[in-house]
Amino acid sequence: MAAAARFFIRGANSRLSISGFGTGAQSCFGAALLRLSPGCSSRTKTQRRHASHFTYQPDPVPTQYGPTQKMNLFQSVTSALDNTLASDPTAVIFGEDVAFGGVFRCTVGLRDKYGKDRVFNTPLCEQGIVGFGIGVAVAGATAIAEIQFADYIYPAFDQIVNEAAKYRYRSGNLFDCGNLTIRAPWGCVGHGSLYHSQSPEAFFAHCPGIKVVIPRGPVQAKGLLLSCISDKNPCIFFEPKILYRAAVEQVPVEPYTIPLSQAEVLQEGSDVTLVAWGTQIHVMREVANMAQEKLGVSCEVIDLQTILPWDTETVCKSVVKTGRLLISHEAPITGGFAAEISSTVQEECFLNLEAPISRVCGYDTPFPHIFEPFYIPDKWKCLEAIKRMINY
Amino acid sequence: CGTMLTNISNVLRACAQRNVSALYTTVCEILDFILLQKCDTHKLDEAPATEVVMTREEGLQYYRTMQTMRRMELKADQLYKQKIIRGFCHLYDGQEACAVGIEASINLSDHLITAYRAHGYTYTRGGTVKEIMAELTGRRGGIAKGKGGSMHMYCKNFYGGNGIVGAQVPLGAGVALACKHQGRNELCVCLYGDGAANQGQIFETYNMAALWKLPVIFVCENNRYGMGTSVERAAASTDYYKRGEFIPGLRVDGMDVLCVREATRFAAEHCRSGKGPILMELQTYRYHGHSMSDPGVSYRTREEIQEVRSKSDPISMLKDRMLSNNMASVEELKEIDVEVRKEIEDAAQFATTDPEPPLEELCNHIFYNNPPLDVRGTHPWSKLKSVS
Repeated sequence: MAAAARFFIRGANSRLSISGFGTGAQSCFGAALLRLSPGCSSRTKTQRRHASHFTYQPDPVPTQYGPTQKMNLFQSVTSALDNTLASDPTAVIFGEDVAFGGVFRCTVGLRDKYGKDRVFNTPLCEQGIVGFGIGVAVAGATAIAEIQFADYIYPAFDQIVNEAAKYRYRSGNLFDCGNLTIRAPWGCVGHGSLYHSQSPEAFFAHCPGIKVVIPRGPVQAKGLLLSCISDKNPCIFFEPKILYRAAVEQVPVEPYTIPLSQAEVLQEGSDVTLVAWGTQIHVMREVANMAQEKLGVSCEVIDLQTILPWDTETVCKSVVKTGRLLISHEAPITGGFAAEISSTVQEECFLNLEAPISRVCGYDTPFPHIFEPFYIPDKWKCLEAIKRMINY
Repeated sequence: CGTMLTNISNVLRACAQRNVSALYTTVCEILDFILLQKCDTHKLDEAPATEVVMTREEGLQYYRTMQTMRRMELKADQLYKQKIIRGFCHLYDGQEACAVGIEASINLSDHLITAYRAHGYTYTRGGTVKEIMAELTGRRGGIAKGKGGSMHMYCKNFYGGNGIVGAQVPLGAGVALACKHQGRNELCVCLYGDGAANQGQIFETYNMAALWKLPVIFVCENNRYGMGTSVERAAASTDYYKRGEFIPGLRVDGMDVLCVREATRFAAEHCRSGKGPILMELQTYRYHGHSMSDPGVSYRTREEIQEVRSKSDPISMLKDRMLSNNMASVEELKEIDVEVRKEIEDAAQFATTDPEPPLEELCNHIFYNNPPLDVRGTHPWSKLKSVS
């Protein structure tokens, strides 16, 4: 038990005592981890257990898209869908429980505004939802399908991979289902356990023909979602569910698009490149600050945004500059998308690398129920990885 | 008349095990035949018995079990609101008669699989309240060692506890195939809800089960709402007992424990005689919302919930039946209530104070492996061990 503890905190903080692992030591371990993040000092044990592993860092207010309004992630999604239904008369939104607003309130008010033939519920059948969506898209209408949790997307996997992705290719460009967009809540949420926390982007990254997009906040979400809807290819849009309420930003009310397949450099740096997407970006930003303060290391933070097809150029250019790369995601490490990035970067930038590419990801286990705080790649593990790369 | 004879012979068989002096009292206690509501049938020539007998012991046992389940769910509700239970918690109160009725007509050697509203079934299949509550709070004393949580509870011949809707049904048919193949006279009760009844894999399973005459009882627990969607808005046909088409079906009042018992007895006989699968729709109701994050009142009225609670609550119905037939006194039932409350309190205490599973458990039991397996994780230099 003590050995396991040492794995997690080796070198990170010598002030922690690793005496044993009963309830007492666990809570002091957890407390010590959290004591070091600001504003977590005086809480009860139950409250400490539930503090999240990141602090949301909002984007600066965008000025080029017109007037803005304070929105959180689910409201920005509603705004994007509202814009779409208003401008595109063929657009339809469907999924489980979308009519009353959806389990995460992403479609609130749309049915009342646009009618029940444009925003409607489907029965409980993911395979049916996506198959039906493909049909709607092929016939020419804009289909926005919602899968209630990304963990439930697997019955639809066959439809997505075998039908949607290959439609244009197999018909020689005669037919396509580019009008299809699939939205699904994604990622860990603190208490989701096995079937409400998964990040399946790697499964779909292996499939040419579809696009996979993951935003980091409300401004990005609205722009990227509108891009996905207008994109002439079937797109899967994963929304980090932990950010639905936690992420609040000033979001433009008018429609605007953010280009797909373009990674965004959030912070320039010269020593290490950090690549992540979705919720993990906010962890990386904290890591970048910590690395600057404690290690004097300047980090360049890149949000990949589009997983497939991904922006190899931005990432490689950055690695050529810094020489070190750290990629982080919540999904298990084996076969996770970090493997693809790592492999491509070593091909392109082999001689520029100062240290092996580091991947800080989830363990190769199913997403655990009670062990979630130990499973996720938090800022301490990332900082540790940076240290090792610097001292290589 | 045939049913009367069967009933009397059941009575005498039950009496044969008691001494003669008690025979008189026993006969008086149980000779009041209880009349049940008739079941709707689909592709069946016979139907479950409508005149049934319930002994005092059976009645008290059903009462105790249902009351334990009810109090356990209410306690889980309390603990969830105190944030001692986290994650997802789907409560079973209101539907107790289904679990108790089914278990009354099958043996512990038969098999059962259900979806995520599984706390009740975990209890009737042999789990203890302590283990169930500790699993809800994620402690090492939990029935799945704290690694599964609310939706993943298992015990002998009970295959969970499944989170993905509808995924458990083909699994249940597989279990039934194994039983048939290995010549064991066992069957599998395979439960799902009204929402899941629209999943494709259910229909695939109906086909396989009927084709290969598998000993499986499909049970659709129709509590009228698939999360927030009422059955009328989700299904083209709400006659769930007919959905098996070529599989015979029964529609049963799921709030009456004796109805469920008789229907299950009928269904079990059907399966065990080699006639193949059978489908039962249990019309029931849940008082809580879909899960603890659903208040349960945005898609149905409080009046509706109140009405069901006052008119068709399974525990109240059983209590009234027993009191009006002089099978038990008010004090006896109150005593059972007090005992049950104590048991639940103790279990909650245990569940709150038991330590969490040790950190090694994070990686254990991923694969079946003989020498312990290395598990890669966040850093390539730190590998954890997976032991199975």
